[in-house]
Parts: sequence; structure tokens; C-alpha cells
Amino acid sequence: MSARVLAPIDTPLPRRRRAELLAEIEASGLTGRGGAAFPTAVKLAAVARTRNAVVVANGTEGEPASWKDKVLLAENPHLVVDGAMVAARIVGARRLIFAVGRENRTVRKRLERALAQRSDGFDCFVEAVPDRFVAGEESALVNLLNGGPAKPTMQKPYQRGVLVQNVETLANLGLIARYGAEWFRERGTADEPGTVLVTVLGAVRSPGVAEVELGTPMREVLQRFGGLSALPNAVLVGGYFGTWMRAHDALDLPLADAALKPFGASLGARSIVVLPQDACGLAESARVARYLAEESAGQCGPCVFGLAAMADALETLDVDRLRRLAPQVSGRGACAHPNGATRFVASAVEVFADEIARHHAGRCTGSACSPVLPLGASREWR
Amino acid sequence: MEMSMKLRVNPILCDGYGHCAELLPELVELDEWGYPIMPREPVSRSLEPAARHAVKMCPRLALSLEKRAR
Amino acid sequence: MRSLNNPIIWYLMRGSGVVTLILFTGVVVLGIATTRRFRTARLPRFVTLGLHRSVSLLAMVFLGIHIATALADSYAKVSLAQALLPLPSAKYGLWLGMGALSLDLLAAVIVTSLLRHRMSQRVWKSVHWLAYASWPLAFAHSVGIGTDKAAGWFLDTGVACAGLIAVTLVWRLLALRNPYPKYLGAAS
Repeated sequence: MSARVLAPIDTPLPRRRRAELLAEIEASGLTGRGGAAFPTAVKLAAVARTRNAVVVANGTEGEPASWKDKVLLAENPHLVVDGAMVAARIVGARRLIFAVGRENRTVRKRLERALAQRSDGFDCFVEAVPDRFVAGEESALVNLLNGGPAKPTMQKPYQRGVLVQNVETLANLGLIARYGAEWFRERGTADEPGTVLVTVLGAVRSPGVAEVELGTPMREVLQRFGGLSALPNAVLVGGYFGTWMRAHDALDLPLADAALKPFGASLGARSIVVLPQDACGLAESARVARYLAEESAGQCGPCVFGLAAMADALETLDVDRLRRLAPQVSGRGACAHPNGATRFVASAVEVFADEIARHHAGRCTGSACSPVLPLGASREWR
Repeated sequence: MEMSMKLRVNPILCDGYGHCAELLPELVELDEWGYPIMPREPVSRSLEPAARHAVKMCPRLALSLEKRAR
Repeated sequence: MRSLNNPIIWYLMRGSGVVTLILFTGVVVLGIATTRRFRTARLPRFVTLGLHRSVSLLAMVFLGIHIATALADSYAKVSLAQALLPLPSAKYGLWLGMGALSLDLLAAVIVTSLLRHRMSQRVWKSVHWLAYASWPLAFAHSVGIGTDKAAGWFLDTGVACAGLIAVTLVWRLLALRNPYPKYLGAAS
């Protein structure tokens, strides 16, 4: 498959009228590539109604198991900038802010270099954001840009004239502006058109990032990464807010939300981690659950206390406690953090049920020494 | 179109004082950490004055009553 | 304002002053009990907060009587400016001014509390903390002003109030050991 967002640009960005552009994007069926999959045209239209709009290109990618935004910004920054400008033209913004994680210098340098080469009449800024899990959440990002900590707030940015869009979504905007909605829909499925960048880690020969068509069977996707390097145990789909699936369930599915839904899973952050059989799914999940608890912004009681309690219960394998905790935690915070963490833990308990029984009997199938799931290390909020 | 009142809490402002659970025990329960669990069902007409009082008395002004079209 | 020479005014002024101090001591204790989420089977939390509010309003009534009688009394010789602003006075040194300052801080606390709905939590809280300055000033005013210094009953009352505040403050500081989530780990 020929690359789209990762392909070098060969034509200049055409100047098209606002209404035309918006209609094209609506026809394309483009949805957000940041994890929430919100219809892009709807968001653009909402912000276009406000005055003094600002466009924020969200390349923070606080999810440790996802690298796609960093790769996109490093390899094809100009396309992202194009997309940001298309969005700015639609919503009537003059200011473009590009938010990237603080730790990755390469990404920031390449982006700054690309911006320096452009003079399209917009005010462009690059903002280096703390590498925290929730820092990329829309309202958290806007909070930081307004001088506060990178913690979520109760106001939604698009209600205040700020368009926050994932960099991959913007890259797709840059392509749709050039080639149109029909071209965009040539790939993917009717309900989920286009291509997506996926990060694949774990038991594959060449972990990394690749651009794939939505609807591609999982095994074919894994071939792009050199195929499996070990017998698979389970697959984590959608990052740390995602869902564990049994290998034999996941590997034959097409990469699409419609196919994943019956298993309670979704593409989410488009990260796929293949857990080899010699790794312990429970130990990995417990580490991530503890990480998620520590990444709570600490603003809402049920999240702070609930996630810590879930991490404790997962470590001690107290399944009853986890079952009782779930409804007390999910949906009771200001953002999706407690919901995602609850979903992740619940899927671990379900998929690794046999392993739990083994652990209670004093055994463990895992023998691998190094952990498979990566974690973040930053402790900063500003 | 019928309007119903929904009791909502701002989880960032809420600091687990628990006055709402005392003033409105028919609707609000506290979780194991002392934070209020909002009722799923809308507030009935008879409980509306008590709900308004709870909203007014919240030490953090974290509660609100929202009108929703049913 | 016409000066009155009736000794009743003088006694009313002193009496209402003492009652005000006692009531405000109660208000501070109730305020700290509220923040410590104090509860017993017979005393729900919302009652503690309700008492904190009602007693403070009652205290304001007595404070009003105290100020009005001080202004009216011919022997006290307190001007309106001296009652409302922290000014030094020939007759009372700094002690009267302390009372005025205490009043000013208190007024800010009360007004912001009545208009809570119109401001952010941060603003309301910062002003409310002025209460921790207002009480000691009120205490110093009542002890230092010298009108009842020698009287045993007054000293006892003063010591009791100060003791109660001291104990309550320790109770308040103990809360820092077991903080609520806003203060946990994620310091912004």
C-alpha cells in the first residue's frame, strides 16, 4: 500500500474556499486520529462559529505505547503544518500552536525547522509539553497553554473557540484539501474510511510505526512489522485505555472498530502490543495499572483513590474487589482517565482469568525478565 | 417535551465533604472514600426543594441541578 | 452622634464586646470542625457548617451593638473613623485600632461569603483565611484595651477562648498529615 500521511508531499497546498473545504471534509468522513474518533467536520463547524479561534495541533502523545505522532512529525512535518493551516482557514484562526512532548528533541527540532521554512501569514508557535499521560487530553493541553498545569478542566476547548486536533488528523486534512473526499474514501471501509498510523510493539520482529488501511486483517498488519517473533499470548489493542484480547480472537480480525466492538475493544490510540507467551499478562497489567494511578491529575477523589485501589487489587489479584471498584471509579472523574483505566484492568482480569487461577495456585507461566509494556517517567505538570 | 432535573457534581471542585449525602440521603450515597455518587434517575418533583438546598449548601459549590429534556 | 452619659451604655458596650469575642471563638472552632469534616451520630456535617454560618451572623449583631454603644458613649470617646479604620488613638494607643482592623478583615470575609456564588473558589478561600488574622486582632483588642483588664472573670474568659483556639489549631494542623486528594502527590 502506498503511504499517504507518511508520503512526501509533491504538490503545493491549494487555496480553496472555507465552505468548500468544510464540505469536502464532511464528505470524507474523517474522524479524529487521537483516540476518541470524533467526526472532524463537526468539530471544525463548531469552532468556526466562534470568534478569535485558535488551532492547536496536538502531537503530545502521552501514551507510552504509541509513537505514531512523533514519527509523523519527524518524517512529514510539512503535511501536518498544511493541515493545521487548512483547519485555521476553516475556523478563521490566525494563531497555530503545535504541541509536542518535551522529551523528544528530534521531533521538536524538525517541526521548528519546517515552520521556519514557511511564511503563510499565520502566527505559529511550538509548545513543549510535559510528557504525562493526561497532558495530551484536550482540556489539559489548553489549560497548560493558558498558563496552568497540564491537567484536565471541565470546559471543552471547542466551546471556547479552541480547535484541538491530533496531528495525524491534521495531516489527513492536508491531503483531503489536495485530493478530495473521494480519494480519501478509496481506502479503508465505508464506515471507517482512510488510512491510519499504527504503533506495533512486543512480539514482532520490527516494532515501530506503519501506515495501514482501515479494515486490513490483523495478521497482515503484523507482517508489515516483520511478523510474529514468538508465540503470542494476548494482544493489547488501543493502548493503555484499551482492551486486552486473546491472541486467537484478535489476530484474525480486521483492523476496524466495527470488528473490535463485539469484543468490547476499539482502536483507540491505535497501538497494538503483542504479548508473547513467556510474558506474564498480569504482571504487565499490574505495572501499567500502577502507572495509570500515578498519572492521575489528582483533581477528582474517585480517580485518585480508585485507581490506586485498583492497582493494589490487581497486584494482590483480588478479583472481587476489582469488580466492586469498577462502578465506583468509571465515569466519576472530570476526564476519561478513570474510565480508560477501569476498562484496561477489567479486560486484563477477563483475558488472563486462567493465569489468575494459576497465580493463586502459586504458579506463573511468565518467564521473561524484561517488561514488554513501556511506561513514561516524567513527574512534571507544567 | 417533558423536562427533568438531573443532579450533577463537578468532580474537580468536589472535595468529599459529604454534606449532600446528609441533606439528600434519598438520592446521594457516598463511595468508600467519602465522595458522592450521583443518582442515575432524575430528581422527582417532591425532592426538588431538598435538592436545591443541597446544591446551595455544598461547601465547594460543586453541585448543580440541570434541566434536561426527557 | 449625640454622646450619652448613661452608664448602661458603657456596660452594654463592654458586655457585647465579650459576647462577640466568645461567639467568634465559636465560629472559628466551627469553621475548623467543618474543614476537618467532623461528624458524630447527633451532629451531621451540614449542621456544623450551618452553625458556623448562623453563629457568625449572630456575632455580627453583637459586634454591631458593641460598636454602636462605643460610638454613643461619652466616656469612651470613640469616633466613627477610629471604629472603622486601624488608627492609633491617644486614649487607647493601638488597641482600639486592632479592633477596627479585625472588623475590616471580618467584613471582607462576610461579604465574600455572602457573594460566594460570584467568585472563584481560590478568591473566596484566600479572603476567608483572613479570619485567622481577624480573631487574634479581636483577642488582642479585648485584652489590651484595658477596660476590664483587672477583672478575674474577664481573664478567665480570655484564657478559655485562647486555649480553645490553640487546641483547635493543633487539630487543624493535624489534618496536614492525612491530606485530601487535592494535596496528594500531584502538586501543581
